[in-house]
Amino acid sequence: MSQLDIRDLRVTVAGNEILKGLNLTIEQGKVHALMGPNGSGKSTLAYTLMGHPNYEVTGGEVWFKGQNILELEPDQRSHLGIFLAFQYPVAIPGVSVANFLRTALNSHRKAKNPEDKGMPIPEFRTLMKEKMDLLKMDHSFAGRYLNDGFSGGEKKRAEILQMAALDPEFAVLDETDSGLDIDALRNVAEGVQALRGPNFGALVITHYQRLLNYINPDVVHVMFDGRIVETGGPELALKLEAQGYDWVREAHQLVTSGQ
Amino acid sequence: MAKKKTSARPKKAVVRKKKVATKKVAVKKAKTVAKSKPKAVAKKKGAAKSKAVAKKRVVTRSAAPEVIGAGQTPRVITRGGAAAVQTKSGFPFNAEQIPNGVKEAAFLHSYRKSAWNQFEKLPLPSTNDEAWRRTDIRQLKRGSLQIVDGLAKAARDKLPSIPARLLKPLVGKGHGGQIVFGPGKTSVQLSKAIAKQGVVFTDFATAAAKHPELLKKVLGKVVKPDEGKFAAMAGALAGRGVLLYVPKGVQVDEPLHSLLWGPGAGLAYFSHVLVWVEDGASVTYVHESASPTIGEQSMHAGIVELHVGSRANLRFVELQSWGEHMWNFTHERARVKKDGNLDWIFGALGSHLTKNFSEINLEGEGSVGRMSGFYFTDGNQHLDHDTQQNHLAPHTSSDLLFKGALEEQSRSVWQGMIYVAPGAQRTDGYQANRNLVLSKQARADSIPGLEIQADDVRCTHGATVGKIDPDEYFYLLSRGIPPVEARRLIVKGFFDPIMERIPFEGVRQRFQQAIVQKMK
Repeated sequence: MSQLDIRDLRVTVAGNEILKGLNLTIEQGKVHALMGPNGSGKSTLAYTLMGHPNYEVTGGEVWFKGQNILELEPDQRSHLGIFLAFQYPVAIPGVSVANFLRTALNSHRKAKNPEDKGMPIPEFRTLMKEKMDLLKMDHSFAGRYLNDGFSGGEKKRAEILQMAALDPEFAVLDETDSGLDIDALRNVAEGVQALRGPNFGALVITHYQRLLNYINPDVVHVMFDGRIVETGGPELALKLEAQGYDWVREAHQLVTSGQ
Repeated sequence: MAKKKTSARPKKAVVRKKKVATKKVAVKKAKTVAKSKPKAVAKKKGAAKSKAVAKKRVVTRSAAPEVIGAGQTPRVITRGGAAAVQTKSGFPFNAEQIPNGVKEAAFLHSYRKSAWNQFEKLPLPSTNDEAWRRTDIRQLKRGSLQIVDGLAKAARDKLPSIPARLLKPLVGKGHGGQIVFGPGKTSVQLSKAIAKQGVVFTDFATAAAKHPELLKKVLGKVVKPDEGKFAAMAGALAGRGVLLYVPKGVQVDEPLHSLLWGPGAGLAYFSHVLVWVEDGASVTYVHESASPTIGEQSMHAGIVELHVGSRANLRFVELQSWGEHMWNFTHERARVKKDGNLDWIFGALGSHLTKNFSEINLEGEGSVGRMSGFYFTDGNQHLDHDTQQNHLAPHTSSDLLFKGALEEQSRSVWQGMIYVAPGAQRTDGYQANRNLVLSKQARADSIPGLEIQADDVRCTHGATVGKIDPDEYFYLLSRGIPPVEARRLIVKGFFDPIMERIPFEGVRQRFQQAIVQKMK
């Protein structure tokens, strides 16, 4: 059962507690949107789920496929089927998109079967082309150094390309829509939609309704001060779009200060 | 990029000078240069920060511009002004050991004799010498070295033989010719087609017997035995020599290959490589030095002399994969005539310690020299590459890129100098050295230098020392790439720009394999 279950998660960054007992369950095959004002801890949650060493977990558990993933290394989490689309993808000069993806895919195969000899090159090429076509990417993209000199839109597309190739069971998309023009946004959203199915769950972190117009989320959460404070259907996102976060702040700051 | 954004900043100094000529006297030029060598050491310490120092040095001395005309020998500054002379060098070699196989080649013997005299006269380099400041050879057990040719045949036969993989072509599909120096015997092959073109590619003994006038013409013309103790030693004692001669206008299509195999402990190997490409000719030549690693020290001293004639083309690939017990010393120089083109590639993976002097003299107008180097050290290896790009004529251009990665406690030194002679106007010189330090204990020193005596030039240089960026590393891990693979991928990416300069699949593959081996 690939439901993701976050229980009372507490995370500290450079001595400051950012996640303060966060609880969240994402059912298998569901897409959840996560919204919330700047500084509420959304990206911290994303990085923590992937295991970034700068985010220190001081309490709680995250269960996925029968394991507390907080005990796993980042590469092991990836092998388990977790994927993070970075808000700021990192450039790896000298390593082409194709080379990188092949290494990643082969690492996954090897994790499943240590005897695996790697994906045959023709099969890999076919896969690459198929996924690039899905995202309307030029095939020359494969030969470029990963994220090196990419435009904002290219970087985000490259993230979705990786996601499509690695075929995760649970993905966190950290502001994948930021910095995208309308066309790029549609491409990226279509890429996510194409992956959608009973075996793909996602947590889509965004500030804007426009991405959610393409990716209709099953559930919407609002995060504030390190916790999930509101949960609802797609209408919750529309309310935020119309009214902003003030009502959330007003409703929950009291709770916070009352503690 | 596998460098810390905040720290490993590439520094560039573009020197553009126009009409700065004054009457400053340049009497003490060479001396001053040797002494004022900068101590810009980029040193890695601690995990938290990567420190990068890329100190530029621009020595500007403006003398009245003098244009170098034909027949004039330009003055070249050389580094390494000798310190106090030491009487005993501690090497147990004697004049009886000078190779003297071919009686009729008197000139060869007299060259070696005179080199021997220099060897006896010259002091052993010490860390007081500027060029040797960072490379200490006191731990070399000189007294217990024995020249390999002095070994009894039975002992030589017991030495490890050459692995077949080293004989495979590194460039192209096949060899046009191959010379293999085993411990006991030398084999020489050259395709009939190439031999028919008048190309000579053979060992010294054969050259001395069959082409004495040719050998005489090219021997010792580019590197002089008196340039240092090890140059003299190699000049006097080199039993392993290559002569490659390409006649005027001849294009050699298939690459040539030579392998110097130097196995065994407590042994001294000497080599001398002579390449002479006449006007308008072109050739690709790969020379490799290799041996298996064993416990005790051995040494190699070598000379490499390259002559690239007018409009000629030489592509020279040198691979150094000595065992990690080897103490390796080489003096190498190329001279390039008018509109000649040299593409010189260095790959250094082996040896315990290397001190390599390599120099390009761009002597002819319009000549071009490119030097591309890669090194990867581990264990307690110490590689010191000392490069010099001498622009001795107008309109010359040089382009140097050396990239290195360092594991464990290893150390690298690169010091490079671009020299522009008076009157060598409109030159374009570039040098860059990039280091990726992979362990807290490793250290890379990177020391660029410029010495410019012309007033209309463009010289650029940069040096960086950095470490793996944790964000890059995490990004790779997050995609399921395990730690060891992730580091390797970053290192391969780091070297990619230098691999792009090496259009030889075999050389690239060899290096990729070395990365895998060194990053376990």
